Amino acid sequence: MTASALDESAALESALRTLRRGLRLSPEFATGLPVTLLLALVATAGRVVVPIAVQQTIDRGLRAPGGPDLAFVRAAVLVSAAVVALTAVSGYLMNVRLYRTTESGLATLRIKAFRHVHDLSMLTQSGERRGSLVSRVTGDVDQISQFMQWGGLMIIVSVGQLVVASVLMAIYSWPLALLVWASFLPLALALRTFQRLLSRAYTAVRERVGDMLAAISESVVGAPVIRAYAVEERTARRIDESVEAYRRAQTRAQGLVALTFPSSELVAALATAAVVVAGTLLGAGGHLTAGELVAFMFLVTLFVGPMQVATEVLTEAQNAIAGWRRVLGVLDTAPDVADPGERGHRLPRGPIEVRFENVSFAYPGGPTVLHGVTVDIAPRSRVAVVGETGSGKTTFAKLLTRLMDPAQGRILVDGVPLDRIRFSSLRERIVMVPQDGFLFDASVGDNIRYGRPGATDEDILLALADLGLADWVAGLPQGLDTPVGQRGESLSAGERQLVALARAYLADPDLLVLDEATSAVDPATEMRLQRALDGVTRGRTSISIAHRLSTAEAADEILVFDRGRLVQRGPHSELVAVPGVYADLHASWTAQRTV
Amino acid sequence: MPAGPSRVEPRILREGMRVLWVAVTAEPLVFTVSVLASALYAAMTVASAWVLGWATENVVLPAFQEGRTTAGALATGALAIVAVAVLKALGVAGRRFYAGLMQYRMQARYRRAVTRQYLRLPLAWHHRHPTGQLLSNANADVEAAWAPIAPLPMAVGVVFMLLVAAVAIVLVDVTLALIGFCVFPAIALLNVVYQRRLSPLAARAQQLRAEVSEVAHESFEGGLVVKTLGREQAETERFTERARALQEANVAVGRIRGLFDPMLEALPTLGVLAVLLVGSVRLEAGALNAGDLVNVAYLFTLLAWPIRALGWVLAEVPRSVVGWNRVRAVLDAEGALPFGELPLPGDGPAGLEVRRVRFAYADGAADGEDEGRAHVLRDVSFAVRPGRTIAVVGPTGSGKSTLTTLLVRLVDPADGTVLLDGVDVRQARRGAVAATAALVPQQTFLFDDTVRGNVTLGADVPDEQVWEALRLAQADGFVAALPHGLDTRVGERGATLSGGQRQRLALARALVRRPRLLVLDDATSSVDPQVEARILEGLRAAQSAGSGSTVVVIAYRKATIALADEVVYLEHGRVADRGTHAELLERSAGYRDLVNAYERAEAERDAVEGEEVTA
Repeated sequence: MTASALDESAALESALRTLRRGLRLSPEFATGLPVTLLLALVATAGRVVVPIAVQQTIDRGLRAPGGPDLAFVRAAVLVSAAVVALTAVSGYLMNVRLYRTTESGLATLRIKAFRHVHDLSMLTQSGERRGSLVSRVTGDVDQISQFMQWGGLMIIVSVGQLVVASVLMAIYSWPLALLVWASFLPLALALRTFQRLLSRAYTAVRERVGDMLAAISESVVGAPVIRAYAVEERTARRIDESVEAYRRAQTRAQGLVALTFPSSELVAALATAAVVVAGTLLGAGGHLTAGELVAFMFLVTLFVGPMQVATEVLTEAQNAIAGWRRVLGVLDTAPDVADPGERGHRLPRGPIEVRFENVSFAYPGGPTVLHGVTVDIAPRSRVAVVGETGSGKTTFAKLLTRLMDPAQGRILVDGVPLDRIRFSSLRERIVMVPQDGFLFDASVGDNIRYGRPGATDEDILLALADLGLADWVAGLPQGLDTPVGQRGESLSAGERQLVALARAYLADPDLLVLDEATSAVDPATEMRLQRALDGVTRGRTSISIAHRLSTAEAADEILVFDRGRLVQRGPHSELVAVPGVYADLHASWTAQRTV
Repeated sequence: MPAGPSRVEPRILREGMRVLWVAVTAEPLVFTVSVLASALYAAMTVASAWVLGWATENVVLPAFQEGRTTAGALATGALAIVAVAVLKALGVAGRRFYAGLMQYRMQARYRRAVTRQYLRLPLAWHHRHPTGQLLSNANADVEAAWAPIAPLPMAVGVVFMLLVAAVAIVLVDVTLALIGFCVFPAIALLNVVYQRRLSPLAARAQQLRAEVSEVAHESFEGGLVVKTLGREQAETERFTERARALQEANVAVGRIRGLFDPMLEALPTLGVLAVLLVGSVRLEAGALNAGDLVNVAYLFTLLAWPIRALGWVLAEVPRSVVGWNRVRAVLDAEGALPFGELPLPGDGPAGLEVRRVRFAYADGAADGEDEGRAHVLRDVSFAVRPGRTIAVVGPTGSGKSTLTTLLVRLVDPADGTVLLDGVDVRQARRGAVAATAALVPQQTFLFDDTVRGNVTLGADVPDEQVWEALRLAQADGFVAALPHGLDTRVGERGATLSGGQRQRLALARALVRRPRLLVLDDATSSVDPQVEARILEGLRAAQSAGSGSTVVVIAYRKATIALADEVVYLEHGRVADRGTHAELLERSAGYRDLVNAYERAEAERDAVEGEEVTA
């Protein structure tokens, strides 16, 4: 399966560092922590005290040397009942507080990661699989909840219990205490190794979830092609492989857990056996009383308990860390096309002027696809960009709209370098309509409103009328309220492009960039749209990329690209008259129309 | 929506047990092993306390009294403690591992079942179900359904402990037993309240989980649009709203669970205390001796543990039932296309006939009375003889793409029939239509696979044939230039390729199958004129060499239309006219307007420019 570029940074650091950074991402986790901790201490102490209280009631009350002491029994029962109630109440209060802070912290984490995915550059985004990205804001975050709702706190409580038990053990008998610590030393060392193995195993689990979701997402989005070519079985095999890989990773991790957990059990027994042997020898030598040994053995169980909790928590912690790692993988990836933010320029409204200065571009690790392009685009001009596939037209548009940054050279908008303009200002003034008009699963009207959120239905109908699309919308089953379905698939590709165009027009930009925005629309509609656009873009700058040279013929100026270079520029009448790339393109375009 | 949040079964516990029974019957062996391991663990936990007591009585205390001890006695005591611990460790390891094995096997099994449904259900179903939600069904819902498997073996493994202890208590003192057993109805009541209160909340949380996934998937899928319109903040707000709602729902679940857990833990202890209290009264009355009361109290402390283990399972049941219902909604969904029995034999171009076909999208306007709107296609009929080419022309939204999906039977018409070689496609056996006809859709879809994988789709095709198809689709040039040629991975949805390149690979995918019917839905819209011209020349050559297919082509361009022997002109879902290009140009005004749009625009422009010059 494909590895994600997002996981590189976080995979290298230590688990503890990931944990620390993960906790810092959600300040909510620390909200009211002292009180929660206090409640946890009471609840834990209660859990330790209750069995002792019951035991004492029996031993001192019923088995009292002079026959059963019933008054004591009754008093002890009432006290024990009070302790049980207190334990339950503090347990409940602690749980509620933990759920509240944890869920709030996790939601924050989801939102941060989601936002960051959108802040990543177009290139980074397109290198990631959607299903896998989804898992980073859903399931990966969920992995953290169990640790935060139980383990995180338990580790603090357990450490407290360990310290108390250790001190008491040392007071009763320091040689025996040393013996107990010594028996746990190898386990503490072994746990480091287990921790590393578990961490790796759980990280693999999270990655396999991402792979699986990517495979399922593909099978759902590609449903029409899968059916048309009857490749259901092959697709099923691909999904099954990912499901099976996930299952194997889970089972492997569980195998490690099954090894880790009993090891503390065994060590505890060894420690107890050692204490029995050594304590008996010490006792036989008169260095220890029987009562002291029995009390010490009880302390050993107090010491062993938290050690077992610790192994359990360790497992959960690794699981949570694997989740954090996937989220941090997103957050650590710096957007390579960054918003200058507050310090950036805000451009005033008005016609836009663009200047490319010796601009080159190459995809990471790829050949240069745009070579030293220098061009001025005057305000209010209507420019067409033409050239064969792979000539660099779309790259030009993506650089102009700052979906990518040039490798060399610079781009100026109204004299300001493009990378110094705040995104909020840039996206408001420069809008591109991409070739594939993605629509959201909402109504036609809501999709158009996406261009300007405050727009009323009247605004939208007016915009559609401006574009000559009023008839089209009126012909839809429910007009503006017609649902477009998943990804807009209830509409035809041409209709989706109409919605995408209306959406961009409603956004009212000063520079409109159309990348093959009407390629799926019928010629009559396209020509109508073009006339309408000519009207509505008058006074603005517009740049259209098109295979259909009808657009070029009407433009003020044509930029002709060939193999990554700007080779010709000028109006249609001029370019068509001289032999060259444009004349060739135009000849084949004409040939197509006049068969 | 497959499972609304309001669907709460009245008998949640019974349903929960049924779900678990499904798992037990599916993995009887693994389940048995995990239960045995749990029982071993439970028995050894009791044994370890006993062994320690035994060692204290028989090894430690005598040594203290006598002031000396023997190596043999010490070794026996130590060995007994360690031996019990080893068995206990084996039990816990076995329980953990096999319970996990069972849980993950069940998850994998149902993930396969759910995704098989996604592949089987018709496209209309997919239009109604957001991808993000389907991901959640296959992931979070399956996970929730099988969550109680982890604590299940423990609960079953300690049931015998519960029985042994309960019987022993009754044998000692019936009255005390009755008092103590009040714990059980109390737990039952607590559980009923818990299941009732939690179920709707768990259903809501699970639904919101799906919605969070839904917003995320759609938003990431539309990432480019979000970027180009600068709507990152608005999208984040949309996501925040769902994520915060999920947070609230989870906290509401937590409130109930947070109460259930400590209460369940407290109840058995309260039972012991009640026994001690009543026991002391009976002791005073002389109806009981102290030794028996001690025994009963001890047996009750033993009961606490199985009750807690049962509680772990019970706590997971509401969420499990919710997840199960959401999964079942997918598994029970009806409406896959039924297949017939007939083969579609023959190896030349196929004959195609479309007879009085009507089609309407389910989620369009409600009733079909609304003339010409609700129905995307109305009364469409035409026939194409084998080896001929037909062009379907019509304005945007006239139903052309819908028609192509009917021809290759992605969907069935509401009325009328599509026939291939005289066979109703609904009568054709599974796979026969796909083996005969190939559609190149308007919107290209590539898999996250290699170039070869995307062209062959797993079929065993020699490389020469792949290259030949690529050549015909004018894709051989750029594929040869890719770093690994045919073995280059194209990324999800073909992210590393341009729109025109993707479209040509999709064309090659159809051509490599040498389909007997080729349906091209504006399949060269992203390709430049020169390249398109070369593709068309290749198709024409194959056609005239007789090795070609019957072709239905959706087109706007005259060069493409010129390939066709006949043109079907669609308007508002009806066949407005049929005939040769020349005939239609002459008699159909709509057709003329459509195909001559460019020339007309040019002429107008020239006229305007002329006026400007003369003015």
